[in-house]
Amino acid sequence: MTNLIDIKGVTHAYRTKAGPLPVLDNLNIAVPEGEFCAVVGPSGCGKSTLTRLVAGLMKPDRGEVWLHGELVKSPRKTVGMAFQNPVMLEWRTILDNVILPLEIVAPAMPRAQKEARARELLAMVGLAGFEAKRPSELSGGMRQRASLCRAIVHRPDVLIMDEPFGALDNFTREDLWQTMRDLRAKEPFTCVLITHDLRESVFLGDQVIVLSGRPATTQYVMDVTLPADRTLDILYTPQVADMLHILRDQIRIAQGRDGGVH
Amino acid sequence: METAQKIGVPLAAMVVFLLLWELLVWANGWPNYVMASPSDLPAAYARFWNLFLVMGWQTLWRTVAGLALAVLVGMILGMIMGFSRIAREALYPLLVGFNAVPKATLVPVLSLIFIGQHNFNTVMMAFLISFFPIAVSVGIGLSTLEPEYRDILRSLGASRLTIFRKIALPKTLPEFFGALKVAVTLAFIGTNLVEIVAPHGRGLGALFSSGVTNGDYPLMFAVLIALALLGIVLYYAVVALERIFAGWAEREPH
Repeated sequence: MTNLIDIKGVTHAYRTKAGPLPVLDNLNIAVPEGEFCAVVGPSGCGKSTLTRLVAGLMKPDRGEVWLHGELVKSPRKTVGMAFQNPVMLEWRTILDNVILPLEIVAPAMPRAQKEARARELLAMVGLAGFEAKRPSELSGGMRQRASLCRAIVHRPDVLIMDEPFGALDNFTREDLWQTMRDLRAKEPFTCVLITHDLRESVFLGDQVIVLSGRPATTQYVMDVTLPADRTLDILYTPQVADMLHILRDQIRIAQGRDGGVH
Repeated sequence: METAQKIGVPLAAMVVFLLLWELLVWANGWPNYVMASPSDLPAAYARFWNLFLVMGWQTLWRTVAGLALAVLVGMILGMIMGFSRIAREALYPLLVGFNAVPKATLVPVLSLIFIGQHNFNTVMMAFLISFFPIAVSVGIGLSTLEPEYRDILRSLGASRLTIFRKIALPKTLPEFFGALKVAVTLAFIGTNLVEIVAPHGRGLGALFSSGVTNGDYPLMFAVLIALALLGIVLYYAVVALERIFAGWAEREPH
């Protein structure tokens, strides 16, 4: 089986005044088509750099990023992005915000078709009836839902999410996990999710990758052997508790602390 | 009801202002060669109505022309400073220094360089005095664009021009209109500065000067009120444009 995303031996350093700052060191990640890959790691370990590399927004010093069997050298139209900040364009309605990528990727598509596609997605995430609203009229969770719609409106084969639920309260966040799960059932895409939330990584991921502290390398890979139609209840089973425990230990190692003392 | 209130309250405030002014002059017993009162104004307008129309128009169009030039040049400078850090570092002190120079000192300079080009001089001054806030606010608006905004389009392979047109430009509009509100008043001051300091016999400023020469206080105050009215008209024209192009930035009161 070929991998849709193949990150091979990626090493990267930022040039700073104090000299090179290595952020990624021989990083290897492979995500098969349709899989959901959750990436966790200590703060500032280079996770966001990873998203920019996959999106083709920057090139690594060494190593290769492959998407769909093609070497990534520059941005591609088949990528969708979502950030912690929903990045809504305040001067556009919610509908027009969702349509934005289509204007770039498919300028020839008739407006009615673009609208229909956006409406379909907005309905899927529970935002039917909010199409004509301005982003400022919506709550943070609703804006993030709209942001998800915009990230997948052009049917990207890769969705890259950089802590998209990080700024939301716990209950809203759990709602959005379920929305994400339902979206995947209807809209197949391969996904890389950067997160700080271990429960989120297990609930959404097919595999969870733990990155080491900076410079980040692949420290641990966990295959999540849970059914695709998981419910929040599964987070309270002994099986998931064990997984979370293992991940927590790995994070502790990544942070360079051996004991349980914080 | 709401519109009636929106128009009625400011009108009532103006009436109160005129009444207080009248009362002040009356209470002090000032004759109209010391201080004009509002009741002197209708006569002054009636006497010089044609001059008010002709010169008011001259002041208005030269202000608007200077402002238009300021918008054009200010936007271009702002874009250069917004996109290039080197340009920003190079231009900023120059612009701040230029802005600090009292513009009255430039009137003779302009008049000497462009001798006899009265309209051109006046438009130039309106422009020179008003482009700074526009350049600065557009520059700041563009340079503080969050990288995520750029990334959502860049990751789709959008060109720089597309990113500017779809994101940077509309996102900067509220700042731009904020600056334009300042600039419109400044441009007005610039026009009148030239009209008063270097009288060409044109514009409301020249009419004011002739009032000074003749010790005609009612005329002088009539000009000041006319200038104030023109200023209000221009300001609200900008507000109307802002509503159309950047109305999204205005939040509904909760």
